Amino acid sequence: MSVIIFIDQTEGHIKKASFEAMSYGAAIAKQINVPAYGVLLGNVNDDIAALGKYGVSKIYHVTDEVYNHFDAQVYTKAIAEIATEAGATVVVCSHNQSGKAVAPRVSVKLKAGVVTGAISLPDTSNGFVVKKNVFSGKAFAFVSIDTAVKVISLIQNSYGVNTVEASAEVITKSVAATAKIKVTAVNKVSGEVPLTEADIVVSGGRGMKGGEHWGILEDLAKTLHAATACSRPVADSDWRPHHEHVGQTGIQVSPNLYIAIGISGAIQHLAGVNRSKTIVVINKDAEAPFFKVADYGIVGDAFEVVPKLTEAIKGLKA
Amino acid sequence: MKILVCISKTPDTTSKIAFKDNNTQYDENGVQWILNPYDEWYALVRAIELKEKDASIGIDLVTVGLADSEPIIRKALALGGDVAHRINAASNDSYYVAYQIAELAKKEQYDLVFTGKETIDFNSSSIGGMVAELLDMPYVSLACKFEINGTTATINREIEGGEEVNEVVLPVVVSCQKDMAAQRIPNMRGIMAARTKPLHVIEPVAVDALTTIVKYELPPARQSVKLISPDNVAELARLLRDEVKAF
Ligand SMILES: Cc1cc2nc3c(=O)[nH]c(=O)nc-3n(C[C@H](O)[C@H](O)[C@H](O)COP(=O)(O)OP(=O)(O)OC[C@H]3O[C@@H](n4cnc5c(N)ncnc54)[C@H](O)[C@@H]3O)c2cc1C
Ligand SMILES: Nc1ncnc2c1ncn2[C@@H]1O[C@H](COP(=O)(O)O)[C@@H](O)[C@H]1O
Repeated sequence: MSVIIFIDQTEGHIKKASFEAMSYGAAIAKQINVPAYGVLLGNVNDDIAALGKYGVSKIYHVTDEVYNHFDAQVYTKAIAEIATEAGATVVVCSHNQSGKAVAPRVSVKLKAGVVTGAISLPDTSNGFVVKKNVFSGKAFAFVSIDTAVKVISLIQNSYGVNTVEASAEVITKSVAATAKIKVTAVNKVSGEVPLTEADIVVSGGRGMKGGEHWGILEDLAKTLHAATACSRPVADSDWRPHHEHVGQTGIQVSPNLYIAIGISGAIQHLAGVNRSKTIVVINKDAEAPFFKVADYGIVGDAFEVVPKLTEAIKGLKA
Repeated sequence: MKILVCISKTPDTTSKIAFKDNNTQYDENGVQWILNPYDEWYALVRAIELKEKDASIGIDLVTVGLADSEPIIRKALALGGDVAHRINAASNDSYYVAYQIAELAKKEQYDLVFTGKETIDFNSSSIGGMVAELLDMPYVSLACKFEINGTTATINREIEGGEEVNEVVLPVVVSCQKDMAAQRIPNMRGIMAARTKPLHVIEPVAVDALTTIVKYELPPARQSVKLISPDNVAELARLLRDEVKAF
């Protein structure tokens, strides 16, 4: 028996979200007294054996050409085959873009119940019960997986990364498959921290009064190595690109720190940011609803507060 | 060409979240039910836009739900669906729901299956992937653009920090999200027409659920916000370093 963790990569690099997924999977393995193994699909430039530090003792590396691009159908085939071979009772992945596509498919293939969007370790004292986010972070559900094999996808930044001093045994494998999806282009927003992967997000709303004022937010973001985001009206007015819009109808994020500047905190906006660990609000209106869900706040004018904050952070870093 | 759009009913975003029966049931008292936004604004409207360009396209709707789902089905028909199928069962487990949808799809042989990226109540984002696996079809999730040319679909999907363009020969299952289509509201003619459009009620096939919801919990009340004076911004920087460990 074992726990299998899907290690996700893009353009030859392991995604950060997978470090957390491995740490989480390794903790489950410890809890149920079995080893934790990784499954890595496609070629990477990173040191694979070194991933042992996240708690996986063995990594199945599938190197067929077809896995260099993501295709949920063929990825599922490889993960399920290896899970079966390794006698996996739990399959773990990150609840990121790839995980959301793969976890439900693997669940069907293995006839295994799935909990997507898990936020903590399962309770295995009586059955197998996983806590997950529901209602866009406004509540939790405890879901019992009633099948012999279980599939879990973990929300980013909800568990954390643990490391040990170890390296993994790497087993190179081939799993034949034919992709039906052809990737014809990748359009990346260059030079920025990807929003859904970011530890810190600096986000602006209509209080910023226009796209031309975003320089002070970008400076703050750069100082904190943060991604930038915005409220929906900001994207709708083309002050900022659409892919930055967070909320119920936009991107859902779960960073360690979300800094909301000139955003009122409408319920539809909060639906995208509720899962953030710490929330800082800068708004000139003390009655803005965002303060009700904030950990730290400044009631003040963003145009004065934000540059001062950036300077103060730079001062402390120096 | 036939498109299947999977629709579900969810509580409106502004609904109060409360639980009853010892926190084992969602308290539906006073809840306003809506068509799940991702299903409506993106999946269904994109299907309608495709049909407007090619009148030979037929749009079927499916929901797994009890009779109280009919208002959202009528709304989807009013927007522009042609035929609706209601599979008469409560939807508690993703596999159970996906299985029902896949059974219908096997019979009807759709070229395209659209779902929303997730329901706004359970946030599972599972049905699309499960249906695709049950039908042994390719699956493109989190799609933000969808074009079709003959039997080939060109689909932009969200990846970390950008988009990837996928080309795939039909049939395919697609989960839809923002930027797929422009939001619209039903007009009077659509609402009238919806009354006479076919709504088939189908009994579910027997299949076991793989999961059970044991209980719900509300998050602990957040500690009230720690306010820092705008004259002392440096203090916030210090807290971000010492308490939040942001740098
Ligand atoms: C179905 C539906 C879905 C929606 N989905 C989303 C979504 O996904 N994401 C989203 O964001 N919204 C969404 N909305 C819109 C949402 O309801 C709000 O209208 C929107 O979030 C408000 O954006 P805002 O906070 O930037 O603007 P406003 O509400 O106008 O707030 C601006 C804030 O800036 C403050 N301010 C002004 N000047 C300054 C200054 N100089 N310094 C500091 N603060 C200042 C003001 O006090 C105010 O609080 C949705 C709405 C609906 C109906
Ligand atoms: N009961 C249901 N009946 C039909 N389609 C559904 C149902 N539940 C979910 N879906 C579809 O599957 C998508 C993803 O839902 P979920 O996996 O539950 O988050 C939704 O946006 C719908 O398109």
